[in-house]
Amino acid sequence: MAIDFTLNGEQTSVEAAEDTPLLWVVRDTLGLTGTKFGCGIALCGACTVHVDGVAMRSCQTTVGDVAGASVTTIEGLESAEGRALQQAWRELDVVQCGYCQSGQIMQAADLLAMTPSPTDEDIDSAMYGNVCRCATYHRIRAGIHRAAEILKA
Amino acid sequence: MLAKIKTPQLSRRGFLTAAGGAGVGLVVGLSLPGFAPKAARAATDGSFNPFVLIAPDGTVTVLAKHLDKGQGILTGLTTLVAEELDADWAQMRGDHAPADTEKYKNLFFGVQGTGGSTAIANSWQQYRKAGATARAMLVEAAAKQWGVAASEITVKKGVIAHASGKQAGFGDLAEAAAGIAAPADVALKDPSRFTLIGNPDLRRVDGVSKTDGSAIYTQDIVRPGMLYAAVAHPPRFGATVASFDAAAAKAVDGVEGVVQIPRGVAVLARDTWTAFKGRDALAVEWDESKAETRSTEAIFAEYRPLLDKAGTPARSDGDAEAALADAAQVVEADFEFPFLAHAAMEPMNAVVDAKPGTSVEIWTGSQLPTVDQNVAGQIAGVEPGQVTINVLLAGGSFGRRAVPNSDYIAEAVQIAVAIGGRAPVKLVWSREDDMAAGFYRPVYVHRLRAGLDADGKVVAWQHRIVGQSIVANTPFAGLIENGIDNTSVEGASNVPYKIPNIGVDLHTTDIGVPVLWWRAVGSTHTAYAVETMIDQVARAAGKDPVDFRMDLLSEHPRHAGVLKLAAEKANWGGPLPEGVHRGVAVHESFNSFVAQVAEVRVRDDGSMKVERVVCAVDCGVAVNPDQIKAQMEGGIGYGLGAAMRNEVTLTDGQVDQVNFDTYEPLRIDDMPKIEAYIVPSAEAPTGVGEPGTPVIAPAVANAVFEATGNLIKALPFARHGLV
Repeated sequence: MAIDFTLNGEQTSVEAAEDTPLLWVVRDTLGLTGTKFGCGIALCGACTVHVDGVAMRSCQTTVGDVAGASVTTIEGLESAEGRALQQAWRELDVVQCGYCQSGQIMQAADLLAMTPSPTDEDIDSAMYGNVCRCATYHRIRAGIHRAAEILKA
Repeated sequence: MLAKIKTPQLSRRGFLTAAGGAGVGLVVGLSLPGFAPKAARAATDGSFNPFVLIAPDGTVTVLAKHLDKGQGILTGLTTLVAEELDADWAQMRGDHAPADTEKYKNLFFGVQGTGGSTAIANSWQQYRKAGATARAMLVEAAAKQWGVAASEITVKKGVIAHASGKQAGFGDLAEAAAGIAAPADVALKDPSRFTLIGNPDLRRVDGVSKTDGSAIYTQDIVRPGMLYAAVAHPPRFGATVASFDAAAAKAVDGVEGVVQIPRGVAVLARDTWTAFKGRDALAVEWDESKAETRSTEAIFAEYRPLLDKAGTPARSDGDAEAALADAAQVVEADFEFPFLAHAAMEPMNAVVDAKPGTSVEIWTGSQLPTVDQNVAGQIAGVEPGQVTINVLLAGGSFGRRAVPNSDYIAEAVQIAVAIGGRAPVKLVWSREDDMAAGFYRPVYVHRLRAGLDADGKVVAWQHRIVGQSIVANTPFAGLIENGIDNTSVEGASNVPYKIPNIGVDLHTTDIGVPVLWWRAVGSTHTAYAVETMIDQVARAAGKDPVDFRMDLLSEHPRHAGVLKLAAEKANWGGPLPEGVHRGVAVHESFNSFVAQVAEVRVRDDGSMKVERVVCAVDCGVAVNPDQIKAQMEGGIGYGLGAAMRNEVTLTDGQVDQVNFDTYEPLRIDDMPKIEAYIVPSAEAPTGVGEPGTPVIAPAVANAVFEATGNLIKALPFARHGLV
């Protein structure tokens, strides 16, 4: 069936079964591959997108769930928090393999939108669900602090 | 002994032996034809064509012969070229070279491949020479165009200039320069003139594409008309398909076909999700008559009695047994190490466009392109040279993408061939497929016995190891020398401590679970046994663990150097917060030296937190200091996560952990604060991808012992309630 939602600011309509995970609609049907498949059971966060501004795991969110909603992927992340995080990530060279980093940045943008000056504990608690097998966590923490600084400047 | 240890992991000689072995059909019928005589020739290709491309807009693209799976080698190799080219860092780009053994072989291996932390080490001169050659050609082109002497031309930050005021960018001269014969010999810079090598302010060449979603991994490749494939794999290693019923799978809307392949049944569909659904709908009967049905507990139970019997000697200095018999005090411990999965973020995958009998094109993050070409060619009935491999960024690997039988790539090619090449195929493994597919760090058990004399001096060291060989029954089997697979004993057979009687021996076992190199390979277990034991011995001798090691490292200045630096920076012996304890370890792997001091809080309820790690590394010339630190940080996290919580267990041959719910990865709240320091060095550079990993577990275990008086002998720590 046809399901309508907004994707990165554009009105979008897809033909898909309602129970199809949003992840595969975004990646395979709509061709936006910045959102990654990692575990399929919402335990790694590589597939994190924003639904109406809130970070969600797209592997456990169905396309039916987002009918009428506004979905943002890494390709459309244009918020001040998103921009600051991308700048901070590049300044500090947070990435290694990079595969989880779309999800990390999407989750961190959600954190900064709600908590502009997070402590290490705030960061650990908000980012707990985002796995990085390269273990760039040390720099993810530093990157979020740096982005918070950029946003205040 | 020392000379042998200094030989890189897969020496060219070793690999050639391996290739010879494979030629007589040792393993999977895989031969590695063609490269042997060529490999014997040193790579003298100094022309910039294979490594350096300069576009008219002035961007310089360095083609990396090594796979970037996060360790930053695109940046590293680009740095080497940019330095000698006198380029501006902003104009530099990095990309992967395709499979082409002749042009892009690893000079240590003789085949194209990434591993053993050799990428910078084997490319150090080659890529600098490529940059210097390109620079000389650009200067020559400018000299001709301007009618001046080449010696009067300067190059700085991408600008070619002459005192007359003439100047040009690389792009302006690229076409003319490319037509000039490459000089036979070029001088490389004196290190005192380096501005990019050793510069901590260079940013990664992939820092932008990996933060805006545009970086392309295998998972992201789309080819016209491509079908997505998911495979039903057997529940036990060694099982095969007895029969299957595809009716329900074929009834799933969007499923385009079902084919049998050697290791299972593949469902082809219009997208990934449909392929997974189709796979779930398959009914497969498995023939388990040849399957591995042992549980991990049974494997450990078979290994333990071997600790009482002498194995094949890997090192025999003096007479360790006699010295132990005469010792005033003997300290001993048995250790157990579980299977470990690599669990890279990107599950294994490959895209294949096969024209059976004609050609094959592959897109994948390949760590061993030469091997993958051979395997794919054999399946599709084409010569290796007719197999094109487009090497892509890998979402982690930690060794998993360097498989001697190219398991997942072979699977993708088998599917593409099974459908007669009618469409390109993307094989997507789920996390469960990836975790249950084997190729684990093997299970090992160790026994270590150390003897002290009446003065507390160590006089004997006997180390026995039991476990599977990683290279046996693979094309790499020729690396086994005198019955010893060095990957089983590295880090133990080269124990650096000055002890008069040292014995190291090995029992190699035969288990039907596929095993593989896992970030730092043998050192992942040997460093733990050696470095916790030497701490125990120091305590038995009543000595401080750092002082005790330093005394025994008098002939190993680079070990001593990192140990001293880490201890100083950690304020070893200084005060600590209440409830926090320190532990230390030092280890050499892949010719790099790392020491770490861990500060660990152990709470009354048995839970623990590694709060801070101070790390010192000596890897020779530091090409990208910030990336070296990043590899130490990540290596520590990777090693710590495994030591704390990870093990793959089998119940009656079936894998128990297939996703992150039961194979719990390190998470951000587990991550300590890390300070990494680099020992300044003028030695040729060595690798950093692996050497940070094996040191953390023994450093933490030694801190836990300091806190609790208990030595953790069986990993992971979670088995002992330390979570």
